Amino acid sequence: MSEKFDAIVVGAGPAGISCAHDLAKGGANVLLIERGEYPGSKNVMGGVLYRKMMEDIIPEFYKEAPLERPIVEQRFMMMEKESALTFSYKGLEWGKEPYNNFTVLRAKFDQWFADKAVQQGAILINETVVLECIVEDGKVVGVRTDRPDGEVYADVVVLADGVNSLLAQSLGFHKEYKPNEVALATMEVLKLDKKVIEDRFNLEENQGCTIELFGDATKGIVGTGFLYTNKDTLSLGVGTLLSGLIKHKIKPYELLEYVKNHPMIRPYIQGSEPQEYLAHLIPEGGYNSMGKIVGDGVIVIGDASQLVNAIHREGSNLAMTSGRLAAETVLLAKEAGDFSERRLDHYRVKLLDGFVGQDMKKYKDSTHHFEKFPQYFEQYIPMINRAASQMFTVDGSSKWEKQKKIMKDLGSTKEKMKLARDIYRAWKVVK
Amino acid sequence: MLHIVACIKQVPDTKIIKMNPKTNTMDRRTAPAILNPYDAHAVEEAVRIRNRYGGTVSVVTMGPPPAVKAIKKCIEIGADEGYLITDRRFAGADTLATSYAVTKAIEKISKTNPVDLIICGKMSIDGDTGQVGPGIARRLDIPPLTSVNKVVEVNQEQGYAIVHRKFEDGHEVVQSTLPCLLSVEKTINEVPYSSFPNMLKAAKYEPHIWSVDDLENVDIKQLGLKGSPTIVSKVWTPSKPEGGTLLEGDAKEQVEQLLSIILEKKELFTVKEES
Repeated sequence: MSEKFDAIVVGAGPAGISCAHDLAKGGANVLLIERGEYPGSKNVMGGVLYRKMMEDIIPEFYKEAPLERPIVEQRFMMMEKESALTFSYKGLEWGKEPYNNFTVLRAKFDQWFADKAVQQGAILINETVVLECIVEDGKVVGVRTDRPDGEVYADVVVLADGVNSLLAQSLGFHKEYKPNEVALATMEVLKLDKKVIEDRFNLEENQGCTIELFGDATKGIVGTGFLYTNKDTLSLGVGTLLSGLIKHKIKPYELLEYVKNHPMIRPYIQGSEPQEYLAHLIPEGGYNSMGKIVGDGVIVIGDASQLVNAIHREGSNLAMTSGRLAAETVLLAKEAGDFSERRLDHYRVKLLDGFVGQDMKKYKDSTHHFEKFPQYFEQYIPMINRAASQMFTVDGSSKWEKQKKIMKDLGSTKEKMKLARDIYRAWKVVK
Repeated sequence: MLHIVACIKQVPDTKIIKMNPKTNTMDRRTAPAILNPYDAHAVEEAVRIRNRYGGTVSVVTMGPPPAVKAIKKCIEIGADEGYLITDRRFAGADTLATSYAVTKAIEKISKTNPVDLIICGKMSIDGDTGQVGPGIARRLDIPPLTSVNKVVEVNQEQGYAIVHRKFEDGHEVVQSTLPCLLSVEKTINEVPYSSFPNMLKAAKYEPHIWSVDDLENVDIKQLGLKGSPTIVSKVWTPSKPEGGTLLEGDAKEQVEQLLSIILEKKELFTVKEES
């Protein structure tokens, strides 16, 4: 039998690295296994890294981590075919320490982050696929990899193997996800001169901007698009529920091409050159889709446990916090010499009591609500655009008349009632 | 017990690398650094010989500190020890200066565990010269055997090795005294998917790192840029040849077409008599 570890973490993404880092820091003998050539090589995200949760793991990381730009402006665009209603917040307080969040390119950032875990004493093995958990007497005692003599044992296995966690699924922790529980995001990294980016997005050096795109960016399919500024690249992508793509018979890259050519987006990216094309699934089923996340000798963290807040496009921060709490739990279990489900349940309790669980509960119905009632994206966003156009077009009619016209555009009394009901419903879902 | 040293190099992945069109030099930032593919076969062969006869496989490389990664790759393949010589004074070395520095490292390794066999890859994919191996052999005054595609026997007791050297039209069976140096072809073996215990060992392994001062009897003038008489006058990306005709059809038809073209342009093939 090969060497036994205190813990094996499967998957070197934000969740897995956070967990391995804190475990090693706490003195545990931890093995981190990654299937990619290096951490980050297979990881995809639009690119927002949240400062607070990262600092819970590595204080003042922003002084040395490979970050792109601190975000000082967040814009939200409600898009129609040839118009967009945009609101934004720009605050220079976000441009200085301690910052709010940053754009990052994962291939660079994850490598740096994993190095930090290795410096703490974690052992990182790349290019190795974990095929299954080794289960003995109902307890997870290790993992089997695809390499010769590939069994390795530990007191606890932490599954951070991402959205399609086949490992958790094979333990019977969750079923195969349905198309309305996962979103498919495709994105491109577009190379563009640093100065041009700063001019186009009204930024100074070392300032970044994020734009979230709603409505026509996804052709009305439930989902969002995004356009983020990096140092000398832009990240442009769209993510929609898989069920939406199926229903509308649209291929994901067609949707990305559509956004790239959209008149509201095209001017931002003009002259840029595609550098990378990436695609990934995002777990958006929310709280209701979360399966079992703790068992005897095993804990599930990050995307593998469906931890994504689709409404606020948060995921990596939830992943990091879950990794941190899992590490804390394993260290306590190690002290007690007890790795049973009962002991490890500390993780689930802490997770659900904290902001992660609270937010997951708060938005538990959001994805399903917007999927069930497509009119929000299909009808109401165009309606808002028409109203704005009506109100701000100076054509000699009085503002009273304009308001009347807008009200008329909302449809019959019955339709207005439906609209009011939908607004109330949406409010209830996210309140 | 046999002591086999494999000489390796960390190179930019030339499948990916871009050339800087202005300076005509390789833009090394555009490509990840990898273990020179020929060297992986050298290490694998060393590991196979060790597994057959017992002994130790050491790998040695000269390079910047990140070359530790290439050494770890060799540990994954099955090497026992790794030595990195790294120093600013090594920088800018051509094949002459490189073989000098690596020889000094091998001499030092030999002091604690005498070396019986040195194995190099045929050449590096970024330099394509294949000169460092023979250069080391010359400096150590041992026989160099190039283009090796099979190791038949290594007999430490009686002090000989028998190998096959590959030629275009066959191979040569050569017996050499030990110690000797082999530079090996890619066809010599296949590097298998490394075992999990080897991966673990590599992840934890910390190679021996030496600077110039750790080596003995070094003539500083023969190191790095100073010790490199090679002058690269120009590097450029060859332009893709244009034109040409692609012959189609089955083999017989293609041969017929080719023949008629050759006959048509036979003046190209006549030898001009010198007057």
